[in-house]
Amino acid sequence: MHFGVDEPVRECQYSQVCTRNSSPMETPHKKIYTRKWRVFPGRNKFYCDGRIMMAKQTGVFYLTMVLIMVTSGLFFAFDCPFLASNLTPAIPAIGGVLFFFVMGMLLRASFSDPGVLPRATPDEAADLERHIDATNGPSGPGYRPPPRTREVVINGQTVKLKYCFTCKIFRPPRASHCSLCDNCVDRFDHHCPWVGNCVGRRNYRFFYLFILSLSFLTVFIFAFVITHVILRSNRTGFLSALKDSPARYPLALQAPSRNAGRRAREWELECDSRSSGTFCAFCAVGADGDTLSLSLCFHTYLISSNQTTNEDIKGSWSTKRGKDNYNPYSYGNILTNCCAALCGPLPPSLIDRRGFLQPDTPQPVCHSNGTSIYTPTQLHAHMCDQHQCIQSTKFVLQAAATPLLHTDSVILPAAAVGHALPGKSSLVGPCASLGPGGQPPPSSSLASLPSSMPGLTCAGELLALRSDADPHCHHHHLASPEETPSPPSPPPHSALVVAAMPCPAHGPHPPPHLHPAQLYNPASQDSLHEDSVRGLIKLSSV
Amino acid sequence: MAETHSLQDLRQQAAIASKVFIQRDYTSGTICKFQTKFPSELETRIDKQQFEETIQTLNNLYAEAEKLGGKSYLEGCLACLTAYTIFLCMETHYEKVLKKITKYIQEQNEKVYAPLGLLLTDPIERGLRVVEITIYEDRSSR
Repeated sequence: MHFGVDEPVRECQYSQVCTRNSSPMETPHKKIYTRKWRVFPGRNKFYCDGRIMMAKQTGVFYLTMVLIMVTSGLFFAFDCPFLASNLTPAIPAIGGVLFFFVMGMLLRASFSDPGVLPRATPDEAADLERHIDATNGPSGPGYRPPPRTREVVINGQTVKLKYCFTCKIFRPPRASHCSLCDNCVDRFDHHCPWVGNCVGRRNYRFFYLFILSLSFLTVFIFAFVITHVILRSNRTGFLSALKDSPARYPLALQAPSRNAGRRAREWELECDSRSSGTFCAFCAVGADGDTLSLSLCFHTYLISSNQTTNEDIKGSWSTKRGKDNYNPYSYGNILTNCCAALCGPLPPSLIDRRGFLQPDTPQPVCHSNGTSIYTPTQLHAHMCDQHQCIQSTKFVLQAAATPLLHTDSVILPAAAVGHALPGKSSLVGPCASLGPGGQPPPSSSLASLPSSMPGLTCAGELLALRSDADPHCHHHHLASPEETPSPPSPPPHSALVVAAMPCPAHGPHPPPHLHPAQLYNPASQDSLHEDSVRGLIKLSSV
Repeated sequence: MAETHSLQDLRQQAAIASKVFIQRDYTSGTICKFQTKFPSELETRIDKQQFEETIQTLNNLYAEAEKLGGKSYLEGCLACLTAYTIFLCMETHYEKVLKKITKYIQEQNEKVYAPLGLLLTDPIERGLRVVEITIYEDRSSR
């Protein structure tokens, strides 16, 4: 490590301004922090500055909201006044409480983190690779390693833990990867479009309480609408209570403009049509109601046997698989299973959406309790450490993907990005380009990098930004893959140096002149990285 | 033997030699529990018993957080009755224990691990997947 080492590393924090950060650009000497949700690698949408988390497709959720609100609204507006005055005011009161509970549970299920498991840090991933290699043993070229699984015995049952290639972790038991949200979710039940989110460990109880209370609400409203119609028909005749079409809605809105007496009579008549309107709404909802009650019965069964929808569908614990097959997670009796699912401790979110991203932290994002592990000096070492790893990975993949490229040459598809982002010498938050709803990286070559390597894109973009800021470096290595010059060693090495040292010296000011002699080759660094490179070569050949 | 470091020294001056990851132990189910197997990389740095004691204490704390009992059921029922709005005002039992764990790890780092050139990372910062132990370069061995 040579250049930048004498400069106070504190400057590292000045230059790192997130280009995708919505907060205004401040002077270079002020620190700007990005919230972690902006650089979250999954396909989720975030609202209210990270407080709300939903899936990408939320159209059906809005439909659910509209259906519930319209139906309940019609009930409260047109049936409740009659019922309150003729039966008891407790009816609208109970209805109101039920309605708020339903909405509360729906919003809670939709907006909370279902139990997303954060992706592995580069160090963790490399360590896992090493262990997998050690377990599988050395292999010749062209050998396809077996699928990555680990077996563990839980309460007497053998459970296979699968390796997730996207998140680079061995999934805990009962976790599954949601392809819609592109996240591993703990105790994954299913992805519910009605709720607009995955249903997992942290929001299963809200989901269940939502369908339970919605069933009660549906039955409640249905029952009292029928009561209303029957009571009215006792006075005016059944057919006249039903005959008015919903087309009289616009007339009802004009009722308040007429005088009080006529208004009251017309209002009552409108109520008849409204009750028929509500009735119609419920016939439509009737079909949904069947699905709802089926859903409720199914989930009640799942809760009482402590299974997930995923497990039930796959028949993981079915006795059809084997006589000794049983659910190792069940507590033995229905009551304990239900209590555990509904009243057990609620684990906190593991992904810290609203935490601030440390300017040095490369992707994937790690959860932080707000305490920084590293001081500025350590940031330097840590970052370089991780960037070496990222760069080695990148070079390996490029070497595998593009046989014409010389491994020593500059392989900077991200260099093309430099052109697209002129004048940006700041570096933090380039990973925000991977954030949800963010634009795809401007370079198509960047987009061709595997999406499971967000760190690479990050490093690549860092590199591009860096090289753009430094006109000296620009000459040497803004080469697209097609232009591979196979140059003599110094330029590629200086590129590597640039890649690995994006931050400290490279504030808004260009660095001192690079000395090609004072270079390092990441491949000749400690064995940790050699191993990860070797492991990744195997990975890329799979 | 590594020369004595303070936590501050470590963070400011030492370079990272390597990292060790203590994985989760799923033999008891999905509860949060870490393997107590002593990693070979730490053999020269720390006493096996000390390490096991730390991990065991962590496991006990996590078990306390996830314990099913009268107290947790009461909290769950109360929360349900208030439509979970009660958590706007108060912390869950799990969160309280997590804070306890963070404090314990900080304390262990200051008293035991930093002087030996090691640093424990709170598992919550790694999504409760691993206990990450950073091994710093031993300056005395240069």
